[in-house]
Amino acid sequence: MTRGRLRVVDPGPLTLTVDAGRRGMARWGVAPGGPFDRAASDRANALVGNDPAAATLEVLLGPLVLEATRAAVVAVTGPAAVRVGDLPVEVERPFAVPAGARLTVRAVGGARVWLAVAGGVDVPPVLGSRSRDTLAGLGPSPLAAGDVLPVGDAISPDRYAAAGQPSAVAVQHRVGASGSLAVELPVLPPPRPETLAPTAWDDLLRCAWTVAAECDRVAIRLRGEPALAAPEASAASEGLVAGAVQLPPSGLPLVFGPDHPLTGGYPVIGVVTASGLGALAQLRPGDGVRFVPR
Amino acid sequence: MSAGRPEDAQAVALRPYGEDALLVDVPDAERARALGRRLVAELPGLVVDAVPSAVSVLVRLAPGWPTEHARDVVAGLVAGPAADAAGPAADPAGAVVEIPVAYDGADLAEVAARCGLTPAEVVQRHTAPTYTAAFAGFAPGFVYLEGLDPLLVLPRRDDPRTRVPAGSVAIAADHTAVYPRESPGGWHLLGRTDVAMFDAAADPPARVRPGDRVRFVAENLDVDAAVDAAVDAGAGAGR
Repeated sequence: MTRGRLRVVDPGPLTLTVDAGRRGMARWGVAPGGPFDRAASDRANALVGNDPAAATLEVLLGPLVLEATRAAVVAVTGPAAVRVGDLPVEVERPFAVPAGARLTVRAVGGARVWLAVAGGVDVPPVLGSRSRDTLAGLGPSPLAAGDVLPVGDAISPDRYAAAGQPSAVAVQHRVGASGSLAVELPVLPPPRPETLAPTAWDDLLRCAWTVAAECDRVAIRLRGEPALAAPEASAASEGLVAGAVQLPPSGLPLVFGPDHPLTGGYPVIGVVTASGLGALAQLRPGDGVRFVPR
Repeated sequence: MSAGRPEDAQAVALRPYGEDALLVDVPDAERARALGRRLVAELPGLVVDAVPSAVSVLVRLAPGWPTEHARDVVAGLVAGPAADAAGPAADPAGAVVEIPVAYDGADLAEVAARCGLTPAEVVQRHTAPTYTAAFAGFAPGFVYLEGLDPLLVLPRRDDPRTRVPAGSVAIAADHTAVYPRESPGGWHLLGRTDVAMFDAAADPPARVRPGDRVRFVAENLDVDAAVDAAVDAGAGAGR
């Protein structure tokens, strides 16, 4: 049986394949990677009955325009507007794309949305994963116009029932553009509090931050007045996690995303939770941010 | 703030790091490598990956485990008898990797001046040791090498470069390393190599793995001429 394919008509600014990421690759210097909002990508997979390991598409802003060579079942999660041909389609629900039809996906009120196709995006894995690591330059290349994406057979029919409910997080994000409200990022205390200034934690929580122009899957950089007290000495390099809030000598913190470096050498002053990472994925430059203790 | 409970910190220095990770403090990179291998091998259901460094092992946990339970299991392995009896388990038979280097790096003259050496002496001191690949980090194929001559120890550059060429051989603090691909970087550039440090299609993908030993071999014998050329090029191109 011939499987379907998705032809990329327009990839938008940046569309990447993502999956559960790379395990056990740290000894080669390779970080896990994976979706910026793991729950949203998992939800998309579940909605179309995919194996949780199936690859989805992470769409930055959009519009992403795809054409199905055969009828396909698709779901889109996150703050998205979706059309099949000219008809609007509900997000957070599976829907059919007829053969030859065009599917248009864009982010509205956020930055990133996830698209799953029943069977998964079956591009060749690299080091055990179909995730693009933008920092390392590893994994499937970003989508380009004219690409043809094979659809796989990573289907677990019983997973239809397991599809999660739309996340409230997905719709509450886009409040920062007007500068009126700040997105709240739940944050846990840092792993080495004794190496930080005694006020570092309180200062992080007290300040209002703004997302800087330099924000991508590696890190979201923040601006604020005043900057935090710069650390006195750089720390020894050690392993990093997505969500780690690092304080470089500038005193302006950055929050690491899924494509963070494997190790880092500046002090970590807090750790954003997984749900906070989901919110982080939706931030655009200029958005307001506050850290709230969890 | 309330990170961790005092009694835990005294038993084993084991620190929660976000929701799905722990940091285990270790005295050195060799012990970090040994502990990392044991955690991955002996707790496959709980430990997704382990990231050793010179000061700690980052333990990535499979999501969904109760934090307290995960901490207890990891702490048990860290403090367990196997660790005491064997000491740091020896690295698997590590290769000795020779890396040919053209010592014409943009910072060679400055490093020499700051260390009170001639460029040729810097090269001689950089090629003399057999380094130990301590741990991987920063980027795929980037390995921190231990064993740098103490006279060559310098802090990172005050103004990190936005682009360091692939294959750059560099030093910072008490480590030396090769940049596997073009990237930003704050280390001092001594030279460059054509050896491919990382190839995702190869098995293994990295040329040097933690535990290996590494020697640098100077390709250019007339270091002073290379330094002059680098200085001339640098004067034209700026920093």
